[in-house]
Amino acid sequence: MARTIHLDLDINGKTHGLDVEPRVTLLDALREHLALTGTKKGCDQGQCGACTCHVDGERVLSCLTLAAQVEGRQVTTIEGIAGDDGTLHVVQRAFLEHDAFQCGYCTPGQIMSAVACIREGHAGSDAEIREYMSGNLCRCGAYISIVAAVRDAAATLGAGQKAEAA
Amino acid sequence: MRDFSYSRASSIEEARKAALQAGAMMLAGGTTLLDLAKCGVGEPDQVIDISHIIGLDAISIDERAATIGALAKMSAVADHPAVLAAFPAVAQSLSLAASQQLRNMATIGGNLLQRTRCPYFRDPATFAACNKREPGSGCSALGGVTRNHAVLGTSEHCIATYPGDLATALVAFDAVVDLGGRSVSVEDFFLAPGDTPDRETVITPGEMIVGVSLPTSAAARNSTYLKVRDRQSYEFAAASAAVGLELEADGKTVRDVRVALGGVATKPWRAREVEQALIGKALTDETVTAAARLSMNGAVAQPASSGGNHYKIELAPRVVARALRTLGGLA
Repeated sequence: MARTIHLDLDINGKTHGLDVEPRVTLLDALREHLALTGTKKGCDQGQCGACTCHVDGERVLSCLTLAAQVEGRQVTTIEGIAGDDGTLHVVQRAFLEHDAFQCGYCTPGQIMSAVACIREGHAGSDAEIREYMSGNLCRCGAYISIVAAVRDAAATLGAGQKAEAA
Repeated sequence: MRDFSYSRASSIEEARKAALQAGAMMLAGGTTLLDLAKCGVGEPDQVIDISHIIGLDAISIDERAATIGALAKMSAVADHPAVLAAFPAVAQSLSLAASQQLRNMATIGGNLLQRTRCPYFRDPATFAACNKREPGSGCSALGGVTRNHAVLGTSEHCIATYPGDLATALVAFDAVVDLGGRSVSVEDFFLAPGDTPDRETVITPGEMIVGVSLPTSAAARNSTYLKVRDRQSYEFAAASAAVGLELEADGKTVRDVRVALGGVATKPWRAREVEQALIGKALTDETVTAAARLSMNGAVAQPASSGGNHYKIELAPRVVARALRTLGGLA
């Protein structure tokens, strides 16, 4: 019988206890052990970005992160970015408005990446958005609409920040 | 991926002691270790997580040198204002590497220790022969598809390219790797394959990279990292150059110049012949072009019949020349 270790993971503001083998990645912990299947498994080797989540607010690849590594850190997944009342995040709304997907499989990773990209200040131009979103592949080729959605969401969030500052 | 035990080290001493156990490997960002564990190249029995050691991610810089802790993230160094000002080529080498997700995970120490992207090395299930994985087993790349393999520093046992960008920039500016008990220049830290391609660095069991230090210089302040690749972003270099330039007061005579190449060699490659050919000369299109060609002295290409890599011998000097022209105001 495989050895397991007990982990208490902070995911989307809630503590989840689980017993897993040490080799279990954050991605597999989310999908197979915690039924949080919004985070997608694409290549499972760090090349496609479908599994993008936030750890302590920074975007990372959950397929190359051990679940054990993030104990004590704050994990945010696609399930955790809408409001408590179900109000969509500005970036989620922008993806809908711009039809920034076809099959939708890469979309959770795209959105998690875009939320961080805007927060990092790396959405200043289309060229910068393309560069800083390059870790998220879309095999349907919805890139033009994805860039438009990120640009639009960045403008909305930027305007919100200015209004708050004023 | 084979299972392993997992433990966290809370200090450098604890990590080094734990790493001496059989089958132990250190985990920092995890981007290389887990990737290689999944493709069956790295099979740790014990993973020692060093990422929670406090203070090892510090970045400090004064007029003499920058010191970067081994656990500093690639993204933190790439965006550090003082690093950008004193070592633009180093910051650029990081921001042009990988993706933002990987840069948020991968550490400076781990980046230096990343393994080659040679597809034969990374696929043990299909290709049993690899002198890097199994000394003496042969080289599947020789006679295979070699478009991305090295033309400099190769041996009859291995032609795998060192894939990193950061180390290329570091070797140009005389950076030093701090191994705790001893320090080694980045240039000497990496080993060419020779007869022992399984030995890639001088690091020994129980040692770990603690940090990197970089002496400041006028050439480092006026530097750039030019990376040419098959797609515009999120790709390894077909050829890259870290170049730094200091001119005399006349604005055209070369006082100091640094040139290192990536994507074409088995280790981060300092092109000293190029530097020597330019020091004391006026920087012109002609001197730059002639000097840049010297970077390929000793280069050996693989046969064109196997989708060879001869293009790198043409490409790399052009990358060096373009970077020099940009810095020298000739572009």
